Amino acid sequence: MKINKKILNIVAIIAFIGLLFFMDNTFDSYKIRIVNLCGIYVVLGLSLNLINGFTGLFSLGHAGFMAVGAYTAALLTMSPAVKDMNFFLMPIVPFLANVEWPFFPALIMAGVVAAIAGFLIGAPALRLRDDYLAIATLGFSEIIRVIFTNTQTLTNGALGLKSLPTHTNIWWSWGTAILTIAFMVFLTRGSYGRAFKAIREDEIAAEAMGISLFKHKVISFTIGAFLAGVGGALLGNLLGTIDPLMFRFFLTFNILLIVVLGGIGSITGTVISAVVVTVSMEALRVLDQSMDLGFIIIEGIPGMRMVVFSALLMIVILFYQQGLMGTKEFTWDWFTKNRGFKQILKKDVK
Amino acid sequence: MTFQFFMQHLTNGISLGSLYALIAIGYTMVYGILRLINFAHGDIFMIGTYVAFYLITLAALPWWLAFIFAIGITVLFGMSVEKGAYKPLRNSPKISVLISAIGASFLIQNLAIVIFGGRPKAFPIPDMFNQIINIRGVSIVSLTFYIPVMTLAILFVLVYFIQKTKTGMAMRAVSKDYEAARLMGIDVDKIISLTFGVGSLLAAIGGIMWAMRFPQLAPLMGVMPGLKCFIAAVIGGIGNIKGAVLGGFLLGVGEIMIVALLPALTGYRDAFAFILLIVILLIKPTGLMGQKLTEKV
Amino acid sequence: MGLVYKKQRLQADFKEGCEIMGVLRADNITMKFGGLVAVSSFCMDLKEGEIVGLIGPNGAGKTTAFNMITGVYKPTEGNVYYSEKNSKIETNITHLRPDQITNLGIARTFQNIRLFKELSVLDNVLIANHLRLKSGVISSVFSMAAASMIPFKSLYLKEEKEMNEKSVQLLEDVGLIDVMHEKSSSLPYGKQRRLEIARALATNPKILLLDEPAAGMNPKESIELMDFVGQIRDQFKLTIFMIEHHMQVVMGVCEKIFVLDHGETIAYGNPSEIQNNKKVIEAYLGVD
Repeated sequence: MKINKKILNIVAIIAFIGLLFFMDNTFDSYKIRIVNLCGIYVVLGLSLNLINGFTGLFSLGHAGFMAVGAYTAALLTMSPAVKDMNFFLMPIVPFLANVEWPFFPALIMAGVVAAIAGFLIGAPALRLRDDYLAIATLGFSEIIRVIFTNTQTLTNGALGLKSLPTHTNIWWSWGTAILTIAFMVFLTRGSYGRAFKAIREDEIAAEAMGISLFKHKVISFTIGAFLAGVGGALLGNLLGTIDPLMFRFFLTFNILLIVVLGGIGSITGTVISAVVVTVSMEALRVLDQSMDLGFIIIEGIPGMRMVVFSALLMIVILFYQQGLMGTKEFTWDWFTKNRGFKQILKKDVK
Repeated sequence: MTFQFFMQHLTNGISLGSLYALIAIGYTMVYGILRLINFAHGDIFMIGTYVAFYLITLAALPWWLAFIFAIGITVLFGMSVEKGAYKPLRNSPKISVLISAIGASFLIQNLAIVIFGGRPKAFPIPDMFNQIINIRGVSIVSLTFYIPVMTLAILFVLVYFIQKTKTGMAMRAVSKDYEAARLMGIDVDKIISLTFGVGSLLAAIGGIMWAMRFPQLAPLMGVMPGLKCFIAAVIGGIGNIKGAVLGGFLLGVGEIMIVALLPALTGYRDAFAFILLIVILLIKPTGLMGQKLTEKV
Repeated sequence: MGLVYKKQRLQADFKEGCEIMGVLRADNITMKFGGLVAVSSFCMDLKEGEIVGLIGPNGAGKTTAFNMITGVYKPTEGNVYYSEKNSKIETNITHLRPDQITNLGIARTFQNIRLFKELSVLDNVLIANHLRLKSGVISSVFSMAAASMIPFKSLYLKEEKEMNEKSVQLLEDVGLIDVMHEKSSSLPYGKQRRLEIARALATNPKILLLDEPAAGMNPKESIELMDFVGQIRDQFKLTIFMIEHHMQVVMGVCEKIFVLDHGETIAYGNPSEIQNNKKVIEAYLGVD
C-alpha cells in the first residue's frame, strides 16, 4: 500500500508540472498573474499557519516579515541604473549601490534576513501570553513599517521602490509553493512537528514532558518568518513595485483570512484556501467596479469586495470554527478507501 | 525653546492624552471582564463620529441633541457587536475570539467605506468649541480646555460608579472571577453587555471630541487611535482604569512633546506608541499599575 | 521560643526522612503567595526505589509542594536537590524550569489530566520522547524528505524508529495498545489516567511524581491502579512520590507517608503509624 502511495505522489507531481507548463503557454498575462499570486499566497498562508495553527502562537506581525523579505530581495536584484532612478531624493547607501544579485540567492537572502528579524522579535515577544503576543507582534510589524518609511537612503522611504525586475514567474512561485508544502508535510510529521502541536494543545503539559517552550516557539517563529520573507520577496518581484503602505496590518489580515478559512492546523486547507481566496478576490473585483452589461451599467460599490470577505470570515469563525479542513489533511485514502462502498459490501456479505 | 512654545505643546499633549485616556478606558474595561482585546473598539469610535456628523448635517439637529443621539446610537451599536461577534464564542479557544474581533473590526471598517464613502468629510465644529483664547501669548482653542475637563468629569463619575454602586461592584466581581460571580447570582451576561455599553459610551464621547479636534472623518480613522489606545491601556496595566488614564496621558503628552522637541523624529510619531509598548512588555508586562495573574496548575 | 522548638522538633521527627541519602530531597521549602503561606518548611527525602505518599485534607498544599519540586513554582524559601543513584553529588534543581527538571529524570502527572486532547494516544507518548532527541529541526525534515524518495539512512530516522518502537512497547505494557491511534480525548476516563502515567513514563524518568492518579476512580479501578503503581516501580526501577486521597491506595501501596495540613507537615511514617496518628485523624475529621 505504501508503494502505491509513493507512485501516486510522483504521478500527481508530474501531472501538476504538466499543468504548470500548460498554463504558462496558454494563459494570458492577467491569468498568469493570478496563478502566480495563488502560489505566493500558498507560501504565505503556510508560513502563518506554522506559527499560528500548528504551534498555537497568535502572531500578527507577518506583514513585517514580508516587508523585510520584499525589500531585501528588491534591493539585491535591482540593477545600479534602476537604483539610481529610484533614489533621486537621496542616494542609496553605498554598500548597496552597485550590488546586483541573481534571483535565487536574493530569495534565500530575503528569507534569511526575515528569519533574523523573526529571531530578534521572537526572543523578547515569545515570552508573552496570547493577547500580549498578538499586540507585541503587531507593534513590531508597525515599527518595521515606520522605519522603512523613514529610512530614505536604505528603502527610499515613502516613495517606495519601482521598476523592480519581475523575476517571479510561474516556476518560481509554484516551485517555492511545492517546496514549502513538502517542507511543512515533513516538518509536521516529524518529532518537532509533534512538539509544536503539543505546545499548541497544552503548554504546561508540553513543558512537563521536557519540551523547552521558548526554544521551540522561537524555532517555529523563525522558520515562519523565513518563509514569510521568501513570500514577500516573490510578491515584490511579481508586482514590480513595493512601498511601506503595502505592508500594513491589512496584509496580515488577508493571510489570516486564508488560514482561518482553510482550517487552522491543516496544510491541505491552507493550500486550497489560498487558491480559492486569491481567485475569489480577483473575481469579486467586479463588485467594486461598474459592470457594463451593454444596455445598463450597474454601479460598482468600492469596498464591497472586502465587506464580503470580512463577512465571510465572521461567518466561518462564528459557525464553522474549524474552517474547511479543521486539522485534517489530504490523503490518498479518500480515493482508495471508499468507506461507504465497503460498508455496503460488508452488509451484503453478512 | 520658549515657555510659550512649551506650554502650547503641553496643552495639546494633555488634550490628546485625555482623548487617548477616554478610549483606553473602554479597552481596559472590556479586557478586564472578558480577557478580550476588542479590536473593533476603534471602529465603534469612528461610527460615533459619523453618526454625529450625519445627524448634524442631514437631520439638521442642534449640535447638543445630535451629540446625545449619536452617543446613544453608538452605545447600542457597541452592545450589538458584543452580542453578535463575541458572545457566541465565549466558550471557544482564545484564538477564535481574537480572530472574531479582528474580523468584526474589518467588517465595520469596510461597511463604513461602502456606506459613508471613502472620501474624508469635514466635521462641523460648534462655535462654542472653536473660540481662540489667548493666554500670555499662547493661543489655544477653547476645545483644548473642554476635553480634559470633560475627561476628568467622566472619570470621577465612572470611578464613583465602579466603587460605590452595586452594579459597579458586580462589574468588579465579574472581572475578578467570572464563575464565582455567576454563582453569586450575578447576571453575567447583563454585566458584560453593560461593560460594552459603558466602553462604547466613552468611545463615542471621545470620538466626538476627537472629531472636533481633528475635524477630518474617514472610515479608517479609528484604526491608529484604536491601536494606540489599546497600547495605552496595556502600558497602564490592562484591566486597571486608573492605569488606562495614566497610559493615555503618557502616550498623548509623550507623542506631542517628542515631535515638538525633536522635529527630526516627526516621521516616527506613530512608532512612539509601539516602541513604548515593547519596552513595557519587556520590563513590566503587567503594566505600570497592573497586577500579576498566576495560572493555577 | 515555642515556635522555634516546634520547628526543631518537627525536623527531629523527620530526621529519618531528611538525611542526605536519597535521590530527591526537599530542604525546608516554603511557598508564599503574597501574605498567604501555602506550604511551610516542607522537608522530604526520597530513597531510591521507595513509593512514598503525600496526603492531607483539601487545600493542604500538596499540589503546591509538587509544583515547587517540579519547577512550576519557585519556592519562596528553601531548596530542592536531586542526586543520581549511588552518587554523593547533589544538584540544586530549585531554580530550574519544568522541562529542565524532566530532562534530569523527574517526571510528573497532573491532578486534572492534561493530555494533548486533539492528538492520538500514540502521539501523546511520542511527544514525551522528544526531549531525548539529538537531531535538529533541519536534519529531521531533510531526513524524512530524502527517505520518502530513496532509501536513506540518518541519525534522525534511527531515532524516530527507536522512539516509535519504545512508545508502542510502552503502550503495550500499560494495556493501551488497542487504542493507539484513537484521539486521546475520546478515551474513557480510566484509560486517560493510564495514558497520563504512560506519557510521563515515556520521558525515561528515574523519579515519578503522581498527582492524584486514582482521582475519580471506583474501588475496583483503584485497586487495579495500586497494583499498576507497584508494577511500574519494579519494571522501570522508579522512585515514586504520589499525592492521593484514596486511603485504600495510599495505605496499600505506599511504604512511607507524609501528611500535610494547612501547609504544615504534621506527620511522617509508615501506613500503620499514620493511621493511628492522633494529629492526622484530627486534621481529617476535625477536633471535637
